[in-house]
Amino acid sequence: MAQPRVLVVGGGLAGLAATMRLAELGVGVDLVSLVPVKRSHSVCAQGGINSVNALTRQQGDNEWKHFDDTVYGGDFLQHQPPVKEMADWGPRIVDLMDRLGVPFNRTPEGFRDQRRFGGTLYKRTAFAGATTGQQLLYALDEQVRRREVEGKVKKWEFWDFLAPVLDDAGRCRGAICQDLVTMEFRAFPADAVVLATGGNGLIYGRSTMSMVCTGSAVSRAYRAGAAYGNGEFIQVHPTAIPGADKLRLMSESARGEGGRVWVPRKPQDPRDPRDIPEADRCYFLEERYPKYGNLVPRDIATREIFDICTTDGLSVEKDRLCVYLDVTHIPRETLDRKLGGILEIYEKFQGVDPRSVPMKIFPAVHYSMGGLWVDYERSSSGGMVEGAIRNQQTSIPGLYAIGECDYQYHGANRLGANSLLSCIFSGLFVAPTLAAAAGATAPVDRRLFEATERREEERHRALLGRTAGDENPYDLHQQLGGLMTRVATVVRRNDQLEAAYGEVCAMEERWKRCAVSDTGNWTNQNVVFTKALGDMFPVAKLILKGALLRDECRGAHFKPAFAMPGISATDPAGQRREAEEWCDRFEANTRKWLKSTIATCDSAGNPEISYQDVDTSLIPPRPRLYGLVGADVIEEVWKERHATADAGGTAAEPRLAAAAT
Amino acid sequence: MIKAVETNGHASNAEHDGGHVARRVRVRILRQDVAGGESYWERFEVPHEPNMNVISVLQKVAAQAKSQDGRAVAPVAWDCSCLEEVCGSCTMLINGRTRMACSALVDKLLDESEEIELRPMSKFPVVRDLVVDRRRLFRSLERVQAWVPVDDSYDHGPGPRISPREQEDAYPLSTCISCGCCLEACPQFTKIEVVRRDGESEADFVKRRKAAFDAGFVGAHAISQSMLFNAHPTGGMIAGERLETLTGQGGIQVCGNAQNCVAVCPKSIPLTRSIARAGRAATVWAIKKLFDR
Repeated sequence: MAQPRVLVVGGGLAGLAATMRLAELGVGVDLVSLVPVKRSHSVCAQGGINSVNALTRQQGDNEWKHFDDTVYGGDFLQHQPPVKEMADWGPRIVDLMDRLGVPFNRTPEGFRDQRRFGGTLYKRTAFAGATTGQQLLYALDEQVRRREVEGKVKKWEFWDFLAPVLDDAGRCRGAICQDLVTMEFRAFPADAVVLATGGNGLIYGRSTMSMVCTGSAVSRAYRAGAAYGNGEFIQVHPTAIPGADKLRLMSESARGEGGRVWVPRKPQDPRDPRDIPEADRCYFLEERYPKYGNLVPRDIATREIFDICTTDGLSVEKDRLCVYLDVTHIPRETLDRKLGGILEIYEKFQGVDPRSVPMKIFPAVHYSMGGLWVDYERSSSGGMVEGAIRNQQTSIPGLYAIGECDYQYHGANRLGANSLLSCIFSGLFVAPTLAAAAGATAPVDRRLFEATERREEERHRALLGRTAGDENPYDLHQQLGGLMTRVATVVRRNDQLEAAYGEVCAMEERWKRCAVSDTGNWTNQNVVFTKALGDMFPVAKLILKGALLRDECRGAHFKPAFAMPGISATDPAGQRREAEEWCDRFEANTRKWLKSTIATCDSAGNPEISYQDVDTSLIPPRPRLYGLVGADVIEEVWKERHATADAGGTAAEPRLAAAAT
Repeated sequence: MIKAVETNGHASNAEHDGGHVARRVRVRILRQDVAGGESYWERFEVPHEPNMNVISVLQKVAAQAKSQDGRAVAPVAWDCSCLEEVCGSCTMLINGRTRMACSALVDKLLDESEEIELRPMSKFPVVRDLVVDRRRLFRSLERVQAWVPVDDSYDHGPGPRISPREQEDAYPLSTCISCGCCLEACPQFTKIEVVRRDGESEADFVKRRKAAFDAGFVGAHAISQSMLFNAHPTGGMIAGERLETLTGQGGIQVCGNAQNCVAVCPKSIPLTRSIARAGRAATVWAIKKLFDR
């Protein structure tokens, strides 16, 4: 191909970052998006973006610690080199976004202000009010618009990615997409295709995600042969506003700025929360996690909120599970300046001013840590080799994935304010890789596209012809969402997961009887939704099967039957013995389960699960002991064991060496 | 079907359901099947739920795909995505007012009238039902070069130092969600609908449409974005080019100072302040040009 051309699917932070950099590198870009890119779901991100900065550096912070917090918070399930590379890029990325005009909050002297987020003890998070995702997205949208005017980028907004097109050697040579207005099909030949299509919250019905987050593009790539990693790891955000149509996010920054989570000690205390004295309030996160307080990692905060409502029966309301998130002790002026955007959302949708009355919140499905499996080329310093052809490449050569739709950066649990970083990082970092890929492909025969295009047209026509079915796609979607939320979120049990797998298979059969009520060929949202619903089942199944097979607790994946409780003995000798046993069990579990779940799709659309070892060569896995009873004794035993191992030369301690570079 | 009056004072359609009254929400929607087609009204009725917004009404309308009189009809098409008033997708005319459907709460609307009325925006071409084509809005952002003209995206250290006061001035302008409410409410912003001619190539059509857009008013949102970027230390390096656009055809002089824009902005952006600033800057720019000749 004379002029190298890349197809970017999705115009959120990752897709726009990739497009911006590709245009600079002289690669032509077709940018396909379900919505005008400025309306992508990144716009909903609120709290901020993490990176080491001048201030935290002087308090002892460095890139290695950001890397360490990320893998520790993620329960060591992510390959470490990509995470290290991302943490190293953090300061550069925030500087870049600053140059692009993002109105980050400022200190009196004019530097970028920072707040603290969950899972760290440093104030690493730069923010623009409480709409940081919106501001970052706009800055990239503006740069891409500029490149579009220059003719380097062509946007295809209101277009749906239907299928990658593979050649006989199995290499991706482009894609088939559909115009959502005229419903026309079109082949997009490309030297490389990169998916930046975000999460799949709609599989859970209601979540904090936007209506476009169906996961359909990823599902289509998965069915074309791309492997899917760690599907069962779904982040449930601790604090969201319950709603009939959507669960609206209440950012972690509310706690980062001092917000406190509590319930009345008396179940369903009828008093106005403002009249309940301190002594009658239970600040359960602060009581149980004195070090991190309200800023424990998300999986832990979520489980605690869930537990206090379900197990302890202390939900604020009787008929609806919720706890208080209280910012009323913070001066109004500070709230407006730092949290205005999110408090307005609460006020607008709940009709109550959260500056004077505690908010009522409950956990909600929020982020897919899992996603398309992608590769990377490890560098000699433990990071990634920039421009290497393997970086971010799925198991289909020529097909890449970045942003939330890859599985690479957050392991078993994502830390707050790390998603904006991983999206922009993977977008920028993949660009030279794509440019290299674009230079290396041979010309492609257009006839290659005809078969896939015909198949997609046929699928579409078949759906349009289905007018007599007895199933309603919208009702079926609600049922799928309800089921997934019940069995595959905060607490997971094998009997439920197994039964749910069967139910989802049955729903998938029922989907084949879905009637479409619109048979037209103009802006047919009905058929597009029905198609996307059909694509949710293969992913729902891989989530359930991955969760069913993984008999352990790790990050967001919590199975009470396999939990490792803390120490119950009270005498030192007993404590010691239990701690030894605990560490033995932890090590055995690590050997068995510290592995990525890899799902591939068989011809019937069912997942086949295998496991891949995780590269933990930079930071050896250690127990995640947030708030565990007897954590100090376990930690002591753990450290002794590792001191012995180090002395024996079996496990080199890379921390100091790497931190010094 | 029995008419009932709710205890909270407003009438609504309701039916007896096992002893208690189930409220219904009635909605009247101005529909249009294709671009350029005839429009027509259709009525729907869905069960009421607490805390409902217009989006959940439309979701129920889509799910039942039946009009009020029980006819099977194609589901109503509408735009939405985030449902928390930050993506800017779901603008429509609700009870005659331009606003976001996600933050339009049904109970409040039913306090105004027995039936909710939904119409597509009138200043943009209708694609189908409540979906309109707002690409002109984005074209305006190109016209005023609403971006910071950085050299490249490589590492050149942090951006310029910005005082908290400057940041607090810029941030509200930067929260514009491109919903188009300000344009819908503006008497000077009139609809431009360019239809592709028989035999016209895609490229020719796009070119002709762009020219038509560029002859029209840029709109309050774009004027405000100009002021946002002109105030930024790096963005201001091309302030003159933006002012050149604003003093040209479809620029600031078209504004009739009706101040409707600021009244309907869902994000409470001080649009009239931006317009006043742009007006002053444009005057200074024009005088400067006169003397530089």
